[in-house]
Amino acid sequence: MADHAQEHAHDSAHAEGHDHDEHPVDNFWTKYVFSTDHKMIAKQFLITGMFMGLIGVFMSMLFRLQLAWPGESFPILETFLGKWAPDGVLDPNMYLALVTIHGTIMVFFVLTAGLSGTFSNLLIPLQIGARDMASGFLNMISYWLFAASSVVMLSSLFVETGPASGGWTVYPPLSALPQAMPGSGAGMTLWLVSMTLFVGGSLIGSLNYIVTVINLRTKGMTMTRLPLTIWAFLVTAILGVLSFPVLLSAALLLIFDRSMGTSFYLSDIMVAGELLSNQGGSPILYEHLFWFLGHPEVYIILLPALGITSEVIATNSRKPIFGYRAMIGSILAIAFLSFIVWGHHMFITGMNPFLGSVFTFTTLLIAIPSAVKAFNYITTLWKGNIQFTPAMLFSIALVSTFVAGGLTGIILGDSALDINVHDTYFVVAHFHIVMGLSAIFGMFAGVYHWFPKMYGRMMNKTMGYLHFWISFVTAYGVFFPMHFTGLAGLPRRYYSSAEFPIFDELHDINVIITFFAIGGGIAQLIFIFNFFYSMWRGPKAPQNPWRSNTLEWTAPVEHMHGNWPGAIPEVQRWPYDYSKPGYEEDFVPQNVPIKEGEHAH
Amino acid sequence: MTGIITIVVLVLAVITALQLMRVFELSTKARKQVEYEVTDRDNNYQGWLMLLFGIAMIVSLFWMLYAWLPVTLPKPSSEHGVEIDSLFKISMWVIIAMFLLVQPVLFYFAWRYRGAKDRKAAYYEHNNRLELIWTIVPAIILAVLIIYGMTTWSNVMSPKNEKEPIVVEVYAQQFKWIIRYAGEDNKLGYANVRLIKDANVVGVDTLDLLSADDKVTSEIHLPVGRPVLFRFRSQDVIHSAYMPHFRAQMNCVPGMTTQFQFTPSVTTADIRQDANVQAKVARINALRTEKGLESYAYDYLLLCNKVCGSGHFNMQMNIVVESEEEYAKWLAEQKTIAETL
Repeated sequence: MADHAQEHAHDSAHAEGHDHDEHPVDNFWTKYVFSTDHKMIAKQFLITGMFMGLIGVFMSMLFRLQLAWPGESFPILETFLGKWAPDGVLDPNMYLALVTIHGTIMVFFVLTAGLSGTFSNLLIPLQIGARDMASGFLNMISYWLFAASSVVMLSSLFVETGPASGGWTVYPPLSALPQAMPGSGAGMTLWLVSMTLFVGGSLIGSLNYIVTVINLRTKGMTMTRLPLTIWAFLVTAILGVLSFPVLLSAALLLIFDRSMGTSFYLSDIMVAGELLSNQGGSPILYEHLFWFLGHPEVYIILLPALGITSEVIATNSRKPIFGYRAMIGSILAIAFLSFIVWGHHMFITGMNPFLGSVFTFTTLLIAIPSAVKAFNYITTLWKGNIQFTPAMLFSIALVSTFVAGGLTGIILGDSALDINVHDTYFVVAHFHIVMGLSAIFGMFAGVYHWFPKMYGRMMNKTMGYLHFWISFVTAYGVFFPMHFTGLAGLPRRYYSSAEFPIFDELHDINVIITFFAIGGGIAQLIFIFNFFYSMWRGPKAPQNPWRSNTLEWTAPVEHMHGNWPGAIPEVQRWPYDYSKPGYEEDFVPQNVPIKEGEHAH
Repeated sequence: MTGIITIVVLVLAVITALQLMRVFELSTKARKQVEYEVTDRDNNYQGWLMLLFGIAMIVSLFWMLYAWLPVTLPKPSSEHGVEIDSLFKISMWVIIAMFLLVQPVLFYFAWRYRGAKDRKAAYYEHNNRLELIWTIVPAIILAVLIIYGMTTWSNVMSPKNEKEPIVVEVYAQQFKWIIRYAGEDNKLGYANVRLIKDANVVGVDTLDLLSADDKVTSEIHLPVGRPVLFRFRSQDVIHSAYMPHFRAQMNCVPGMTTQFQFTPSVTTADIRQDANVQAKVARINALRTEKGLESYAYDYLLLCNKVCGSGHFNMQMNIVVESEEEYAKWLAEQKTIAETL
């Protein structure tokens, strides 16, 4: 009832708004820059995320050159890195900087803001039947904080001592002491400033998403009629609100230690011949604070991708998603468990071994809801009528990588086994496959699927196919072999393995990985080209190109403030009535009333 | 100059792509097709590609196992390492079995149910029994792995000592290791970073009587079959003491002491006679001769496995495992703190 009243109030407020709202036309600034329209903000997030993604991927291509041919000269390195690659040979400090900024950009700027920011913004109002976000203004602030943090992060690439270089986890004391490495100077300060802005933007955005989903659902849109995308975005936002502030606290204490002489993380240190006065702090405290965000962060990245996949797989299998309630249950279970497993990143930090056992237990439990999700996706394909749109291909690829990477988690989550593979390439392989690839595939699936909703035009299918197959093959080609270099004992973040004869045998594998990495990186240009070409020249999108059930496809193709002219459609059924017996078409949109005698889900 | 050429090439590439798109557009228009619509032909092609990919993936998995398992670490040279490796093998069998069960089904379904105009999908929304099965079965498998894993972990982390372990301190600093043996009394004297001065490189408190017989060395020698209790400290940033051949690792954290205990079970001389190790060394030396590098004999290693700065990739030390007598002889040659300071 309360829902109702609110919805009504919102509607009429908006209707009134529309009466005075006859402002002539949006000018450039209000339409493209300081927009409060969720659809435009979604596009801003997407384009910024894509831009950051290109930089992040390009960095990985640069350091892969060094890893395949350590110490050899590549003029391209000098072109881009200047004094950090004298005569084309990468400097060890710059290598660490590239690794660090690659990780930071991909995790936070691409797969958190770029993924969640884009699709939460685009889909929450459109799929729940709302005119816009609860607060369009805060939504705009959220984007601009993210944009500012991107600018600060990129500016750190240009400071004299180089950007932050202590790994994306920036553990102190390494990150706290400029004497320990050049990147811990001004570059690290900018990293912290950037992340502070980022957390601010993320929090405002998340609160907005939560409030919108809870309060602004249209009539008939009960929680159990929500598309799984919305469930995923809602739970992601809750995870963000609960965990990002802890990252902020970790960063703030680090700022104090760096600039104000406090000793939260520092004790008994002599660095570069200089004895420091700090006493009594513990770097382990930082690790706890960092991973209390860091682990939920994995699911902040992954859940939206899984939500998108649920929607795309059901639509293109022309079948209801299998086990809708189990899918919601597993999202909630994963989200809950994600808060009590952070210690598995710290088994060998000197943490009490008893805690190791506890974290092993909770960590391996996550495999259960994850397995349920994977099996449900596969069963959704069973007896389907699969339409291979590029989005569908990426979604199937996501299921594959989610399974392949999730399985190695059973090794790493086991404290006894972690002793020997911790921080080796086995870990690099694991997390890139399970969270990097899965999330980026989910993001691509989302872009191909909802491009018509964003730009009113269709992307080119053939280029989509090409982009998909090169990406899928090269992605596995890069990360599958890394399991073996990890099991050979090769630590991650090594500038070169040439100092250890025992790693000489791994050279061939490293060369293979680099070839796949460069091929995969270049293939992304196909996507970029397709994206911008279709934005201007793609064929006009029809109302409902994928013959999908959810509400966003009832909104007009041409964007307008408030999403629907006239009344918001009422929801009559769950979103997955595909190929329902008794209907001529193989889809029944959510706003179609239940027929007499029809069994509602 | 190369810069200008690169830019020109890029511009030309984009123009070419645009022109190709134009041709493509006109041809689809001429055929009265809507490009973005997925046709039966597309579904057929993509379905087959999916199947092909699934097969290629499984084949390449087996190829990689065949080609690259030999480059992984050889058999463990510590007592607990054997336990860890058997847990690892069992877990690996489980995950490979799951992989071979799930991936083929995924790609097979993708191919089998590829769409066609005259098909209609089944309306199949849920099946409680099925869902219960794939919740409970993984839960049981995981329960077994969890219990096995927790037992192994507690055996490794809290070993029962029949003999008194030798206490050895590993002191980490950018970018090298320093070793301190506890000497006759097998007790390390107090040490702190504030006491580091000149030759006193690990900051030993010379007034602490326990420290007089401590021995600071630049090598690690260990007797075979005796438990060794490593105590780790760091002078500057976090390092991680990784001894992969012994399946041992622990972080070195400034401001605190961490520890890890294990019993080396194979001497350096013996591991060099191991057939797998000899094959490995032969392969490595073939590669090294090709590049004109000096030849290599197998050694146990201590390496840094937590990023610690520019020299992180070369922070290493050899570990020599030898007989009790050889170890005693070597240790007797090392000077005590009382003698050096």
